[in-house]
Amino acid sequence: MNIRKLFSYVLLILFLGVVQILFLKNLALFGIAFVFIYLLGILILPISMKTTPLLFIAFGLGFMVDIFYETIGMHTAAATLLAFVRSLWLRAISPTGGYVDAEEPSLNEMGLVWFITYSFPLIFIYCLVFFSADQWGTSGFLGVLNKSFFSSILTCLLAILVQLLFFKRRRGI
Amino acid sequence: MLRILQFLYRIRAFILFVFLEVMAVWMIVSNNSPQGGAFFNSSNALVGSVLKQQADIVQFFSLAEANEALTAENAAILQQLSFLQAKPDSITFQLDSTFASTYQFRGARVIGSSLRFSQNYLTINKGSKDGIKPGMGIFNPEGVVGRVKAVSENYAVAFSLLNTGQLTSSKIKSTNDFATVQWDGQNSTEAKLLFVPRHVKVQEGDTVITSGSNSVFPEGILIGVISKISPDEKDPNYLDLTVKLSTDFNKVNYVYLVENTRFNELDSLYRQSEISNEY
Repeated sequence: MNIRKLFSYVLLILFLGVVQILFLKNLALFGIAFVFIYLLGILILPISMKTTPLLFIAFGLGFMVDIFYETIGMHTAAATLLAFVRSLWLRAISPTGGYVDAEEPSLNEMGLVWFITYSFPLIFIYCLVFFSADQWGTSGFLGVLNKSFFSSILTCLLAILVQLLFFKRRRGI
Repeated sequence: MLRILQFLYRIRAFILFVFLEVMAVWMIVSNNSPQGGAFFNSSNALVGSVLKQQADIVQFFSLAEANEALTAENAAILQQLSFLQAKPDSITFQLDSTFASTYQFRGARVIGSSLRFSQNYLTINKGSKDGIKPGMGIFNPEGVVGRVKAVSENYAVAFSLLNTGQLTSSKIKSTNDFATVQWDGQNSTEAKLLFVPRHVKVQEGDTVITSGSNSVFPEGILIGVISKISPDEKDPNYLDLTVKLSTDFNKVNYVYLVENTRFNELDSLYRQSEISNEY
């Protein structure tokens, strides 16, 4: 990874974090569909990245969002879990022959269907952990499931949209 | 021995994961105890200043509305004041200091709030420098808003009424029956009224106000109106009441903080007699 690439990752994560904190904090479609777009920053990191730095990045990012959301620990726990499951999941859904010429698990490199199979379960696990922690003992599991499902759909949609709009398309075939 | 070390090295990522996860859970638990974990929240100076910048921009657009509400409230207060002023043709005398007000009021602005989770909090732009203390009640002209949780020098974090851990001592105005308002985490415009016995004759539309029996709010601050009455299915001795909250938590902007100057005295008395008090 060259320095320019590294810089663009840092910038992307910061940008997504700021958008999450300032604009998406009180956004909830129909009261159930939340957006956790900052997760895209964890999802998009290179495939070859080791789990250890990934865990630290996710932990730090979750903690930053937590401080602003006033939900200390909840985003952190969920994001750390997401980072850990990510490497397992990447191995599980690797195409035959491995990730040969793909560097990052993004929409442009891997295609729409692959990206959805990659990101949706991860975001769903994240939402499940987050909303369970949030509603601990106050409401039934159905409410948690409901919120998680629609939040992951919305987040997934927005993640795709952000990549379509702001990411550079790969040149040629 | 070497085998064990090799094995541990191989699962180092998993060990790190478990460690970080335990740390996160520990943070959740310690933050939810009312006293602990007050370091990492939005009363932090840096976070507070960011939230304040954001609020400055966003709230600029609702200034007209806020002004209108303040003018209306000023008018109502002036109206009340005219009753209190001594008439020129009557004699007045000073009351004993026992009857003097035990409540002090302060104004503040909400710079950050959440209302979509089950534990919601507000951040306020005044802190210990302005005399804000943990435990002070918060309300606005519409009704009760919450209670201060933690304070830093310039900012304070408060439990919103929309926090499932926040119990507010209240009463039904028409019958004077004591009850407790608690949010059930579902709808940000409704809360539950707990511990109202079945024999109490309530009607839809009855007003619910703060009881004044605790040491946080003075008596008579509006909380909401009863919107739904049904028998409690879990405990047949009580009614299952839903209160439509009078405060619009979407638009909480300028608030008042109320401090009971005798809070410490009352609190130590409660502790001495081992009563755990609700707020």
